[in-house]
Amino acid sequence: MLRIPCPHCGVADEAEFRYRGDASVTRPPADAGVDAFHDYVFLRDNPAGWHLEWWQHAHGCRATFQVKRHTVSHVIAWSGWPGEAPP
Amino acid sequence: MTGRRLTRAARIDPAQPLSFQFDGRAFQGVAGDTLASALLAAGERVVGRSFKLHRPRGIVTAGPEEPNALVELGEGGFREPNVPATIVELAEGLVARSQNRWPSLRFDLMAIAGWFAPLLPAGFYYKTFTWPAVSWETLYEPAIRRAAGLGRVAELPDPDRYDVRHRFCDVLVIGAGAAGLAAAARSVAAGARTILLDQDFDTGGGTLLDPAWDPWRAARLAAVSDCLLARTTAIAGFDHGVVAAVERRVGGQRLHLIRTERIVLATGAVERLPAFPGNDRPGVMLAGAARSYLNRFAVAVGERVALFAGNDEAYLAAFDLVAAGVDVLAIIDPRPTAAPMAAARDAGITVFADAAVVATKGRTLGQITVRLSGGQRRDIGVDTLLVSAGYSPQVQVASQARVPLVWRPAIAGYGLAPDPRWQAAGAAAGVFGLSAAAADGDRVAGEVLASLGRASAPGALPDPAPSPAGVAIFEVTAPGKAFVDLQHDVTADDLRLAVREGYSHVEHAKRYTTHGMGTDQGKIGGLTGSAVLAAARGLDLGAVGLPRMRPYTVGTRWGALAGADVGVAFKPERRLPLHRWHQAHGAVFVKIGLWLRPLVYSATGDTSWGSVLDEARAVRQAVGVTDVSSLGKIDVQGPDAGVFLDRVYANTFSTLAVGRARYGLMLREDGFVFDDGTTSRLGPDHFVITTTTQKADEVLLHLEWHLATVWPDLRVSLASVADHWAQFALAGPRAREVLAPLVDIDLAPAAFPFMAAGAAVIAGVQGRIFRISFSGELAYEVAVPARQAEPVWQALVDGGARPYGLDALNVLRVEKGHCTGAELNGQTTAADLGLQRMLKKSGDFIGGTLSTRPALEAADRLQLVGLRPVDPDRRIRGGAQLVCPGATASIGYVTSTVMSAELGGWLALGLVAGGRARIGERIVAASPVYGEWVEVTITSPHAIDPDNTRVHA
Repeated sequence: MLRIPCPHCGVADEAEFRYRGDASVTRPPADAGVDAFHDYVFLRDNPAGWHLEWWQHAHGCRATFQVKRHTVSHVIAWSGWPGEAPP
Repeated sequence: MTGRRLTRAARIDPAQPLSFQFDGRAFQGVAGDTLASALLAAGERVVGRSFKLHRPRGIVTAGPEEPNALVELGEGGFREPNVPATIVELAEGLVARSQNRWPSLRFDLMAIAGWFAPLLPAGFYYKTFTWPAVSWETLYEPAIRRAAGLGRVAELPDPDRYDVRHRFCDVLVIGAGAAGLAAAARSVAAGARTILLDQDFDTGGGTLLDPAWDPWRAARLAAVSDCLLARTTAIAGFDHGVVAAVERRVGGQRLHLIRTERIVLATGAVERLPAFPGNDRPGVMLAGAARSYLNRFAVAVGERVALFAGNDEAYLAAFDLVAAGVDVLAIIDPRPTAAPMAAARDAGITVFADAAVVATKGRTLGQITVRLSGGQRRDIGVDTLLVSAGYSPQVQVASQARVPLVWRPAIAGYGLAPDPRWQAAGAAAGVFGLSAAAADGDRVAGEVLASLGRASAPGALPDPAPSPAGVAIFEVTAPGKAFVDLQHDVTADDLRLAVREGYSHVEHAKRYTTHGMGTDQGKIGGLTGSAVLAAARGLDLGAVGLPRMRPYTVGTRWGALAGADVGVAFKPERRLPLHRWHQAHGAVFVKIGLWLRPLVYSATGDTSWGSVLDEARAVRQAVGVTDVSSLGKIDVQGPDAGVFLDRVYANTFSTLAVGRARYGLMLREDGFVFDDGTTSRLGPDHFVITTTTQKADEVLLHLEWHLATVWPDLRVSLASVADHWAQFALAGPRAREVLAPLVDIDLAPAAFPFMAAGAAVIAGVQGRIFRISFSGELAYEVAVPARQAEPVWQALVDGGARPYGLDALNVLRVEKGHCTGAELNGQTTAADLGLQRMLKKSGDFIGGTLSTRPALEAADRLQLVGLRPVDPDRRIRGGAQLVCPGATASIGYVTSTVMSAELGGWLALGLVAGGRARIGERIVAASPVYGEWVEVTITSPHAIDPDNTRVHA
């Protein structure tokens, strides 16, 4: 079980959160076309290493935020609000 | 009878006798005994049969690492299999049975397997029972299961009680031996939040075996009494400093889920079993275990004892037994010389240096054969052989939590790599001897506290003593069965066979031979097995490693993991605000997701179509009311609320007038339909969304995520108001007649037309009215605060509205051709459902781009249609496949099926390839499950009032 640092509430059990996907992809502009949206919806890297991801504190403040997590060691190096860049 | 109780001071209370049963026979032990110590005191030698070969086996250890003495404990629902007798705290009336023997422990017919042992090599099952495949299930597996099995699980509900306690601390110390007590005492003194776990019912670990340590232990225990959890075993370590521990309590167990900053692993070390021929014979026991039984339980485990060990610590068992008056005939040590050999000779023990045990004899041990320094052999008559191959630090919990293990040649064992959170102390760190372990525990606690920014002072320590020296013994090569896994009957030869057959990696060898796969997880023989593999492969032991350690460290009950989340608490149950009203008025409930909803109202519990159609006809012909409070409701407010809704819905909402409602369709980004519902504009910056019951949570998450991450610039706030509002659908030609006298607004069609929405006082309660219809009739949805729902509902019923349930609602919507989850199944597009005209032609919205993919617009996609049987009385089954007459290929399937209230006979919705172009065709609804083939006509999905005249009435 992960212990996840919510930027609003502090550290809490993984069970309070919902994983919301890869935070490194960006929704294309409306006129970007089918290929761009196809990549956005279906294509994901699967790194063995650091991964930037969205988590939502669904059973808490309901904030959505970014987490930088190592997919092998599960170490969480950073969490921050949308739009913030990890150090 | 070889073991016996001595009269000497120990940690038992001879004044408190306890009666218990083992295999139906009456025994007596005393308070402070384990089941194992009481059986040994009673002279019992054979306590179980091995898994594969059914060889007689005796008690080998004095702790949770026991591979042999597994018992079924308790009776009826309390029956628990595979419990090591070595950890069972004896209690009055305890009932235990041995396992894996038939018909009895003394005479086991299956022991015949031992005669065929040469025919049962590693991988035997894989190699032999392979053909014909059908025989595996019918013949081989049942026979094998009868022969090879451990205990029987209880078949009744578990009557014990369980719960979970969530705990938080700065420093968790696992193990309350010398190192753990020293560490915990220092942590407590420094003011850190500390938890100390100990698996035993008598706390103190190795210090319990030496009375000289009593005062030191007592002082530490007094200091840590507030943070000590006794009888509590750490069963698993997880990421981020989470440790699970099970506390054994009277009447049940408690799972402690502990979140901690730092962990001091003071779990000690497990003495290892050396592999030598005949090392499984009852009477062979680990040296430290014999010392435990003597010093803690006043039990001499034999009368004529020998010791086979390569380390000084093991000599303590021999010395203590001699002091207690037991004959210790010989010490066999592979070392040419060692410090305690002189003392042993002074004590009258014959010491064979540079020697090894190469054979044992007897049903239970009667004789050992020693290979002497020069190679000669000597037989010695003994009833007990104490063995010690060295000590393995107990690192499972940390290893489960992914702390890497490092091979430490100096201790011939694996220790923990440096880790910011986990640190081992004492024997778990390869620091042996009580004094050295206590000092190490104190030192480690100081480091751990410093890493948390806490100053601490060294604790009081006993005088230092030299750490015992030793060498590891892994295998004595000599002819015969040398076991590395007693529970699963794996021998050193089996592992070599695995290497020859290509299963040489430690993980492959484990699975091929089942080495270390027993309930004891190979604690005493695991490293011995790795050493055999290393020798066979010509590698260093450190390069072979151990198989990956996984939870749980000991056998763990399902009940402990489930805690109190069983029965009705297994899943939460959601009840409508008017649940009790529905219950009192004959509602038969159905569980939809977590919700309990009225299926039909019937005083007699009748759920047949008759009752359902009565309710549906009441709506079509007069007026009915149904509880739709479980719909998701989301409040959307802010200056950009309309813009936001334009982006999340496929149709437009920014143009919706205040006081109006509109049906909305949400797509997923991949272009398929996500959910639908009605959204109303209550003010310029204020909308309220309704979602389907099933998708209520998902829609809110979907909206919140897009608002937070994709369009954070939009000034919009979202809040779920699902539980705040009760909502009722009042439907039928007389709906206005019933509602109008109860409200403070004008409901005349001109004043409050179809799709109007707004605030109103209903039966004295401030609420909202939406003129929307799911049934296809003139209808109003009334929303009122959940706590004030009952008088409003009652007023509607008193006004003549007949309550109707989910089944009638389903009849009405199928007749009208409205979709629910069966049609919004994640595989349908707006066009499939005939809703293609709702999609905006311009502007960004979720799913807008990918819904234009060619395959999603193909003409032969499955499209929503109505289906009516040619013979109206023939039933169309839900899920039936649709085929052309005379053909076998499916062209679609039935999604929803009802008896029609208005049209009579059966009526269904279905998805048919290119269905809209096939209206009027006759096809067949085939249900091979029921053996039914029903001829049906494809129709429009809108079976009643296709022109929507009723809803506008």
